[in-house]
Amino acid sequence: MANAHAHDAHDHHDHHGPDKGIMRWIKTTNHKDLGTLYLCFAFTMFFIGGLMSLVIRAELFQPGLQFVDPEFFNSMTTMHALVMIFGGVMPAFTGLANWMVPMMIGAGDLALPRVNNWGFWILPFGFAMLLSTLFMPGGAPAGGWTMYPPLVLQTGNAFPMLIFAVHLLGISSITGAINVVVTILNMRAPGMTLLKMPLFVWTWLITAYLLIATMPVLAGAVTMLLTDKYFGTSFFTASGGGDPVLFQHIFWFFGHPEVYILILPAFGIVSTIIPTFARKPLFGYASMVYATASIGFLSFIVWAHHMFTVGMPLAAELFFMFSTMLIAVPTGVKVFNWVATMWRGSMSFETPMLFALGFVFLFTMGGFSGLMLAITPVDFQYHDTYFVVAHFHYVLVPGAVFSIIAAVYYWIPKWTGRMYNETLGKLHFWLSAIFINVTFFPQHFLGLAGMQRRVPDYNVMFTDFNQMSTIGAFGFFLAQFLFIGNMLACMFGKRDGKVPERVWEGAHGLEWTVASPAPYHTFEDPPLVGDNGEPVAAGKPAHGH
Amino acid sequence: MSEPLSTAAETGRRTRRGVWELVLLTLAMFGFGFALVPIYNALCELTGLNGRDQGMQLVATVQEQPDLSREVTVQFLTVVNGGREWSFKSEVAEMKVHPGQLYTVNFVAENQLDQDVVGQAVPAVTPGKAARHLKKTECFCFNQQPFKAREAKRMPVRFMLDPELPADVGTVSLSYTFFDVTELAQRSAKPSTPGAATTLPRG
Repeated sequence: MANAHAHDAHDHHDHHGPDKGIMRWIKTTNHKDLGTLYLCFAFTMFFIGGLMSLVIRAELFQPGLQFVDPEFFNSMTTMHALVMIFGGVMPAFTGLANWMVPMMIGAGDLALPRVNNWGFWILPFGFAMLLSTLFMPGGAPAGGWTMYPPLVLQTGNAFPMLIFAVHLLGISSITGAINVVVTILNMRAPGMTLLKMPLFVWTWLITAYLLIATMPVLAGAVTMLLTDKYFGTSFFTASGGGDPVLFQHIFWFFGHPEVYILILPAFGIVSTIIPTFARKPLFGYASMVYATASIGFLSFIVWAHHMFTVGMPLAAELFFMFSTMLIAVPTGVKVFNWVATMWRGSMSFETPMLFALGFVFLFTMGGFSGLMLAITPVDFQYHDTYFVVAHFHYVLVPGAVFSIIAAVYYWIPKWTGRMYNETLGKLHFWLSAIFINVTFFPQHFLGLAGMQRRVPDYNVMFTDFNQMSTIGAFGFFLAQFLFIGNMLACMFGKRDGKVPERVWEGAHGLEWTVASPAPYHTFEDPPLVGDNGEPVAAGKPAHGH
Repeated sequence: MSEPLSTAAETGRRTRRGVWELVLLTLAMFGFGFALVPIYNALCELTGLNGRDQGMQLVATVQEQPDLSREVTVQFLTVVNGGREWSFKSEVAEMKVHPGQLYTVNFVAENQLDQDVVGQAVPAVTPGKAARHLKKTECFCFNQQPFKAREAKRMPVRFMLDPELPADVGTVSLSYTFFDVTELAQRSAKPSTPGAATTLPRG
């Protein structure tokens, strides 16, 4: 938007461009800068967490103990999960929300820019604490990311570091979530009614509420662990009258909504990308919104399906089984709508679309194995096996992570003003899609045959599938360097050729009406949004009010 | 909320209000995490979840009304948490009982360390629905049990299955897990009161 440009350059001398040097990034309150910081942080954590998974896969290449101690192996599974969930996927989604939510609703910035800065800069400290435990005597936490007592209470010096790191990450997520909710509810441009908001904004609104409702519960649970270990309370200590099973209930009361925190923004991204490349409006917009809200609600009443084997009354097992299966209904609505959006569309297969399609196909497979796990009697066999590992990696890697990659490919021309290399992008997709299946598909079979998770050794009969899985993991990791290279070229490469405002000709929304790269400040004067979700041409009033 | 906003002042006011509401929600949910502890205990007692409820508690007097037509097997299981400090056994592995009649069974625990330790037995009943029908007039699990170095103790449990026990229950398992609570006992100078495991001091 030439307007915003001119505006930026001439009218607002108090709102000039960014500071120079490192202080720009430390002091910044700009949503675009913070979005970039969040995304860079997230990809750093993906890299560290990825290295940890390679340690796990290398050890599991052969039965017996090869490279690492069992204790260190357990640290790796624990830290891999914590780093990927709290350091990778969640900050990546927060980064995307930082960049895109204000631009999608026509706001100048998030509602609380300083809180935004603070929320981000807590993260490096939280993870410095958590990762420092790798170098402590006694090693990093090794009791699993779910931190079940009494096992987790045996953690050595790393224990308080783990707890306080979780506190910090929780505070960071909550500040981010409050910021997003307040921004969406109060700072939409005139004409941007709730049911005109892009789906990415909707899914983030619901995600933010889930975060606000559940992260404090996790904070409470880990605080109780801390007082149990150091202050003589017995919340979860059986000998003092507590109950370790109670921790599992509290943890999963957080943990299940957390699962949807990790996937709802992905739904929003895919619902944005598919219409662009199918060149049709999203099929069933309103049903998408209601499906997202239903998933958000249902996520609070299914938690005990993570603990079917803990010894619950029959009625509870039935309740949690059926309520879990109920989630397949709104999720099915979403998958149906994505497919219906593509039906008779003029489809083209640029890299973001490939990743979005990969998401729809592979996430649905993860959903189906989830339905299998929801069947209580069957879960008694699958519990704590590689079947579970295969299930949640299918929904998290080709699910959440593919959507993040798709989003970065989709919006990076807008962010940097440079087009990524399409050939490398497509190569990256096909290598990722193939290797991720080589990695995780055999794990279904391993789990069904009885291979336990979180154990560094296994029966020799599992060797072949484990070797496939390890080869896939290394292949997937190496393929990501194509992505890193492609993105670095977009960030720092030569700017040859102009990227248009509307990068994809099928894309709609306010973010495509500003220049590429997006100016440092956008929508300082809110646009008037028309029925199609884009600014009304000057002089014409908005319709429908 | 669906109508667009007008002035910056108005937006600022609504933002502040929204932030406070969400901060309050955050604090409320933090409190809710802790509130889940009593809620869970109440639910357990109501439903017999995890084999914890009135059956764990001291019953001062029971009326004996033996139902001689019915015979139920009671199994006694013993576990030592960590498995180092004690040998801990029941004198009989199981017994046949008539609901409505009081029985006594002895458990023997021996401290295998050369130092004094304090033990606490935590009971659990399976199936959960039988838990509320197991009444105890005497149990070593009601108190912390101090042991001198190498001391052995014989500890009785006096119990009755009340005749209300659901008809489809033919076997009841009563399990005790012995925990080393020496540190816990030293830390809380409070003497432990006779009462249920569920009403032990929770800090």
